[in-house]
Amino acid sequence: MPPSPHPPNQSPGYRSTLLRAPAQAPVPFKTDPDAIELTSPVFGHEEVGALDADLTRQHHGEPIGERIIVTGRVLDGDGRPVRDTLVEVWQANSAGRYIHQGDQHPAPLDPNFTGAGRCVTDAEGRYRFVTIKPGAYPWRNHSNAWRPAHIHFSVFGRAFTERLVTQMYFPGDPLMPFDPILQSIPDAAARQRLVSDFCLEITEPEWALGYAFDIVLGDTPMETP
Amino acid sequence: MTLTPSQTVGPFYGYALPYEHDWELVAEGHPEAITLSGRVLDGAGEPVPDALLELWLGFTGDRGALLRGDGLVSGFGRCGTAPDGSYRFRTVRPSGPYLSLQIFARGLLRSVLTRVYLEDRPDPLLDSLDPARRRTLIATGSGDSYHFDVRLQGTGETVFLDF
Ligand SMILES: [Fe+2]
Repeated sequence: MPPSPHPPNQSPGYRSTLLRAPAQAPVPFKTDPDAIELTSPVFGHEEVGALDADLTRQHHGEPIGERIIVTGRVLDGDGRPVRDTLVEVWQANSAGRYIHQGDQHPAPLDPNFTGAGRCVTDAEGRYRFVTIKPGAYPWRNHSNAWRPAHIHFSVFGRAFTERLVTQMYFPGDPLMPFDPILQSIPDAAARQRLVSDFCLEITEPEWALGYAFDIVLGDTPMETP
Repeated sequence: MTLTPSQTVGPFYGYALPYEHDWELVAEGHPEAITLSGRVLDGAGEPVPDALLELWLGFTGDRGALLRGDGLVSGFGRCGTAPDGSYRFRTVRPSGPYLSLQIFARGLLRSVLTRVYLEDRPDPLLDSLDPARRRTLIATGSGDSYHFDVRLQGTGETVFLDF
């Protein structure tokens, strides 16, 4: 199994970890083949609506912003597709404002944009969302702190231990080196895994820019020798 | 192949991840229903008002994990914490000795995974822990009502699993 790509619990640069990150080492349990953590919820394609994956068509009008397609595959650690798994996304609008009532950033809400989507991967492990490019937004972690533009992703995989919530970033974003959340990941190659690729093949002429973002989940513990 | 690293769920998942009846794995009045409730607390003992909990019973149930319906049992549920850090699930008993609980929150760069045992019993995981830590995995209560607090850090810190 590859080394863990994940950030350490305690990452002092991200202030909210100080009182929330566990201090004790996690406890091994994977020797039990009956452990229910080695199984995962199953999702049917009928559980998500046809329009759930198009964040630009959830209201009467079109949202303001740069229309984009975000697509990729969910893979296991051996590169095999993870089919029929639920992928959920949420994001700020093009002005960097979330519809969430806790977001007090003085940027406009967009009446035509909620910013939440869902889809279930196909037989190749592929998902596809149509949305608008989210804006950067300020937060109060430190003085003059700004989050790079990002889309939040939630993926299930084949085991509850593969469950992953992460964030996708955009290539060339000048805020990435200053972001303690992205920079909490120690390994540069692992950080790069979270940066999508602009892709002309996904881009649709006269309509939307395309970004590719694959998600590689850990092997299920039972599969490791 | 580099695996995809985790990032925090952040504070603003609340309009996206919750879904209708997400905390109700069975409908009200189900003959085998039990409730599991508790609070999520931080290292200062303060409630965590913006955590998301996911409960997994180890079986998918009658339909897909998101669907709900009269008399149906789902094996998966979600609950966001209230301003006082509390959560609740209406579920059935798991087929084995414990329920699997995963917790996401702002300030957790990766989710934490734990187990809720409805009663203390001989068990490979429990038996590997010292008594004080063992207690953090045992729900209190009986019959159809159980209580389980999650302490993310500090005194009485809940045992979290390596995954
Ligand atoms: Fe965000």
